[in-house]
Amino acid sequence: MDQTGDTAPIIRIQGLHKWFGDFHVLQGIDLDVTKGERIVICGPSGSGKSTLIRCINRLEDHQKGSIVVDGIELTTDIKNIEAVRAEVGMVFQHFNLFPHLTILENLALGPIWVRKTPKKEAEEAAMYFLEKVHIAEQAYKYPGQLSGGQQQRVAIARSLCMKPKVMLFDEPTSALDPEMVKEVLEVMIQLAQEGITMLVVTHEMGFAKSVAHRVLFMDFGQVVEQNTPVDFFDHPRHERTKLFLSQILH
Amino acid sequence: MDAADLKNRFADMKPPRTRVGVLGWIRTNLFGGWLSSILTLLILFVLYKTAVPFLKWALIDGLWTATGAQCKESPGACWSIIVRNIRFIIFGFFPLDQHWRPLAAMLLLFGLLFVSQYRRFWNRRLAWAWGAGLVVMGVLLKGGILGLPAVETEKWSGLPLTLLLSVFGLTAAYPLGVLLALGRQSNMPFIRILSVLYIELIRGVPLISLLFMSSVMFPLFLPEGVVINKILRAQMAIILFTAAYIAEVVRGGLQAMPRGQYEAAEALGLNYYLTMRLVILPQALKIVIPPTVSILISAFKDTSLVVIIALYDVLKTTQARLADPEWMGFSSEAYIFLAVLYFLGCFSMSHFSRRLERDLTHEH
Ligand SMILES: Nc1ncnc2c1ncn2[C@@H]1O[C@H](COP(=O)(O)OP(=O)(O)O)[C@@H](O)[C@H]1O
Ligand SMILES: [Mg+2]
Repeated sequence: MDQTGDTAPIIRIQGLHKWFGDFHVLQGIDLDVTKGERIVICGPSGSGKSTLIRCINRLEDHQKGSIVVDGIELTTDIKNIEAVRAEVGMVFQHFNLFPHLTILENLALGPIWVRKTPKKEAEEAAMYFLEKVHIAEQAYKYPGQLSGGQQQRVAIARSLCMKPKVMLFDEPTSALDPEMVKEVLEVMIQLAQEGITMLVVTHEMGFAKSVAHRVLFMDFGQVVEQNTPVDFFDHPRHERTKLFLSQILH
Repeated sequence: MDAADLKNRFADMKPPRTRVGVLGWIRTNLFGGWLSSILTLLILFVLYKTAVPFLKWALIDGLWTATGAQCKESPGACWSIIVRNIRFIIFGFFPLDQHWRPLAAMLLLFGLLFVSQYRRFWNRRLAWAWGAGLVVMGVLLKGGILGLPAVETEKWSGLPLTLLLSVFGLTAAYPLGVLLALGRQSNMPFIRILSVLYIELIRGVPLISLLFMSSVMFPLFLPEGVVINKILRAQMAIILFTAAYIAEVVRGGLQAMPRGQYEAAEALGLNYYLTMRLVILPQALKIVIPPTVSILISAFKDTSLVVIIALYDVLKTTQARLADPEWMGFSSEAYIFLAVLYFLGCFSMSHFSRRLERDLTHEH
């Protein structure tokens, strides 16, 4: 817990409420994330985990409360939204690579067009990150030619190319065949060791135990319980948490 | 059994052969059973009864250089209606001694179109070549500078006119159609309603009425003394008409795009314009190449409707020869010629689209 100090949080969420029509999907979320902190969010399906992290880069809008990312408050101002998005990387369950572009082009797109990096420089950086996720030899292939695990590693590298201050992961391994989960988790653990701020929605409890500073349990659009991984798994306080853990650990 | 054994267990096996030679193919495909045999024989009989007399008329008895009077004595096709009138049919009223100019312009156009069909030539140089080519074509047709005698646009006719109307009509309609499709999906109600109105209004009227409006009604709204060229007005009608259809096809492509593609682009910080240009449109437009080309092909053929506002495209110049007493009665030959001409244009377009689709396919 060396990271949780007195510096201003990089993400500050206060009194967040969101509705889909009449459906109250997020019900008063408060969450501060400090720089370098790694948070795992778990909870039953439909509890609002995806919606919460999608609010952080405004893929969903919220109706009440505030979200401040790196000092920028998310409002309807499109300039603010784009600025936040450039600082926040997102990895999706279904990778969402751009199928009409090569792997290298997928990676260089953001830096070239959003960061205005010269093409050559952007491609060099892209190769660097591809090597990091152990996939440099696929640089000139298209996403459709890669396995799911490889695509997800490319998606992680694509986010990293933007040099994000925060990385969001929405169930990054749950669309993968079992034998590919490991290669993606290994890359994520490697990132964790480098100290990048991460919010990860996942049910990979091994991952949570080994890298998370904090585990959040969500249900019915609320954060029911949060704790360090050790206490979270060994001494869950709420009945809902105990039930959930018994379901996923057996 | 170890892994290598398991892997190589059936290494020698080849796929079974299903067809042996030409005779084998004929037997399995044409005479596979009694029903198939009867159908094959029936079709052969019908072909014999129709194709043979046609070929005799068209080729064996066909006359290529005879005068109209000689043709009337002969049982065969009279291709000389085309051959002997080819300059008028192709160039219409363009001054006779200046025919090299539209000819050069058309050759330039064909050259550019030919090169453009290869995806690998799509670069800035080709864009400049098109820009320069268009200027050169314009100068060639219009003249008035560089010692070329000026030719009024009323004299532009025949094949150059058809090509002008279709090439410009289609290339201008396509981007307009894409914009309309984007407008129809816009979050801004004003733009959305305007796009929907435009698309539905235009699709609700036949091209003929648009052409009439452009030639008869539209000039009434212009301030006195302002005259807009008749060809330009027809061109506008064709563009506006085709764009509405393109817009609907492109909208289909946009709707087929998964949400995840928008989200991934937005999550990178790309704005609306870049998301569309770099991520969404390249994929959506590719999906809709086949229906788009269908629209372009029918628009190409529809350019021949300009005859009703007295423009002499290649259809009209050909028909005009039929009115000549010498060539009266050879309409089959004239229309077969036109059919071949239009077929070549349409077939090239569909060939181009298939090549483009292949070049743009990366998966596997
Ligand atoms: N775009 C949407 N419109 C309406 N309801 C939605 C939408 N997205 C999610 N929901 C609903 O919100 C709830 C929470 O969804 P989500 O955040 O995806 O849950 P989780 O990721 O925890 O499984 C679910 O009941 C889901 O059906
Ligand atoms: Mg989810």
